[in-house]
Amino acid sequence: MFDTNELVINMGPQHPSTHGVLRVVLRLDGEKVVDADVVIGYLHRGIEKLSENRSWTQIILLTDRMDYVAAATNNVGYCETVEKLMSLEVPRRARYVRTILCELQRIASHCLWVGTHAMDIGAMTVFLYAFRERELILDLFEEFCGARLTYNSMRIGGLPLDIPPGWDKKVLEFCTIMSSKIDEYEELLTHNRIWLERTKGVGIIAGPEALALGLSGPPLRGSGVARDVRKDEPYAAYDEMAFDVPLGTAGDTYDRYLVRMEEFRQSLRIIRQATEGIPEGPIVGKVPRLIKPPAGETYHAIESPKGELGYFIVSDGKSTNPYRFRVRPPSFCNLQGLRRLVKGHLVADVVALIGSLDVVLGEVDR
Amino acid sequence: MIDALLIPTIKILIVLNATLVAVSYMVLLERKVIAWAQSRLGPMRVGPYGILQPIADALKLMIKEDITPVRADKWVFTAAPIITMVPALIVYAVIPFGPEVSLFGRQVTLYITDINVGLLYIVSVASIGVYGLILAGYASNSKYPLLASLRASAQLISYEVAVTLTLVSVIMVAGSLSMVSIVRAQESQQVWFAFIQPVAFVIFFIGGLAETNRAPFDLPEAEQELTGGFHTEYSGMRFALFFLAEYANIIVVSSVATTLFLGGWLRPFPSWEWLSFLDIIPSWMWFLLKSFAFLYVFVWVRATFPRYRYDQLMRLGWKVLIPLAILNLVVTGIVKVLVGAS
Repeated sequence: MFDTNELVINMGPQHPSTHGVLRVVLRLDGEKVVDADVVIGYLHRGIEKLSENRSWTQIILLTDRMDYVAAATNNVGYCETVEKLMSLEVPRRARYVRTILCELQRIASHCLWVGTHAMDIGAMTVFLYAFRERELILDLFEEFCGARLTYNSMRIGGLPLDIPPGWDKKVLEFCTIMSSKIDEYEELLTHNRIWLERTKGVGIIAGPEALALGLSGPPLRGSGVARDVRKDEPYAAYDEMAFDVPLGTAGDTYDRYLVRMEEFRQSLRIIRQATEGIPEGPIVGKVPRLIKPPAGETYHAIESPKGELGYFIVSDGKSTNPYRFRVRPPSFCNLQGLRRLVKGHLVADVVALIGSLDVVLGEVDR
Repeated sequence: MIDALLIPTIKILIVLNATLVAVSYMVLLERKVIAWAQSRLGPMRVGPYGILQPIADALKLMIKEDITPVRADKWVFTAAPIITMVPALIVYAVIPFGPEVSLFGRQVTLYITDINVGLLYIVSVASIGVYGLILAGYASNSKYPLLASLRASAQLISYEVAVTLTLVSVIMVAGSLSMVSIVRAQESQQVWFAFIQPVAFVIFFIGGLAETNRAPFDLPEAEQELTGGFHTEYSGMRFALFFLAEYANIIVVSSVATTLFLGGWLRPFPSWEWLSFLDIIPSWMWFLLKSFAFLYVFVWVRATFPRYRYDQLMRLGWKVLIPLAILNLVVTGIVKVLVGAS
């Protein structure tokens, strides 16, 4: 007598919690998600193609616009790839500053993540707390390079500027402030019963499956796979730093949350070591005036806050721009997991899961 | 003549206007308290410390374009906010703000009326409000509001049962359904009912949060999930009516909780003689202070907690709160019989 229909609902591209212009077409049975179709491309600017017509140094500022909440990390990834292609030696001081910037950026990115993730689940206060601390990091970046969001803070072979005097002290001060603030976020969330109920057992993904889907970064480590580019293929000055890679066990939203919360602390640990041990010396290596890498191709990956950020660059050895430029963005690959994760969950979990994958649409679409 | 008509009319006017002002300032209070919780300032632009913000908000909502979506059911769409608003206001008829006082040489009661089924009246009238939400979701002819209105109806039905059961246990202790008599009972038994019915008090508070669609149970309007819920398609004054109703309901729940569990207009520990200096504060002021404390907790909870999921909310309602409320009711009955027998 009664006829039931699946409800097709369009979540995004204008939706408060799809973190930008992500569109998810949900097929619902009541409130239960039967299937989800992730539609991307609303923020496509053709950065990769554009880069093939820009000189090697101009590309640095294009990479800023990919993961715009962790621009310095993108810069580092790109510059190191070109350095690898040219076999350039980067001075130790520059590598240390890169490490500090990368980790500051990781904290800034995770601040944004914890804020929006908690906001999606309905805890609004964490959002403002996290942004308060992110502001301190932006101030540090502003002092270092003058910009607050898209830094253009690296040069091929080193750094554009040396760190300003007294900057390292401010970084250490920030570390002291931040470590107490992480406890504050955890106080609001980690043992909160509602938070536990909303995140435990939601979007479980086992390690092998996560690997098969190509997940990387915290979503992969949340499933218990010990893969961190900083440890496995150290870049910048990570080989000289002591830090742990936090791992989850169940692979659910809560584990991904715990992994990122611990990464906050580990990042602080790295920043402290790097800032205290910052060596004297030049900030730029021996770089030719005209950057023209020899013919060849290379792939180099770094651990961005979202996961494995890889650059694949082909140079023909003749022109002053890359022949082919391709990015392996962690957000794009992690977003692959969304469809698998949301099946069988409720509408409310969809936003929690988008938050737990921590995607930035600028990086997904490029 | 003057007693039968004029005084009630004046009282109704005062209560209605005071309610509407209180509701708009409740919004400001919420914004300010949440802002302080989040280390911000909150509204600061309109008037000193943003004190005139509600007026600016109301003006803005009034001059905003009132949109009815083409495919909406026009009449139901128009009726829905009214159906939500009216019950939220008429509930105030039985809320006792204070006892009899003499004013201009005339004995005046500080409540509009005291009907002998006051509590029943509140429960039944307040439950009409949910129809507004259901109809709004249905009439919008849009998917997000539809989902939200389904959530709203399920939520209200399940939590109303628990809340009403706690009310029954209070009625058993007080021996009356009249709001005034319940306060008087607390005066004569010399104890606030929150102390002899703590379980009922807690369940009532949680149920109250859920019934007024407040965080952490604000599923029908979960902005992050349903883009605004049942009022997604509403704009201007009609949207404002939903909000006024929501805040009016919060004030009702706070007032009812104050009356039932915190001794209404009575000062704390009315039996303790040495506290009698507190009588300097008039009775209605005590009532407002206690209600204000409740409102504050409402806002505080919103600033602190994440949101429950739909199925978890149902589980909490049916599997925890309702059995607890029934158990509380049974225990209350047994104790009452035992005490009566001895």
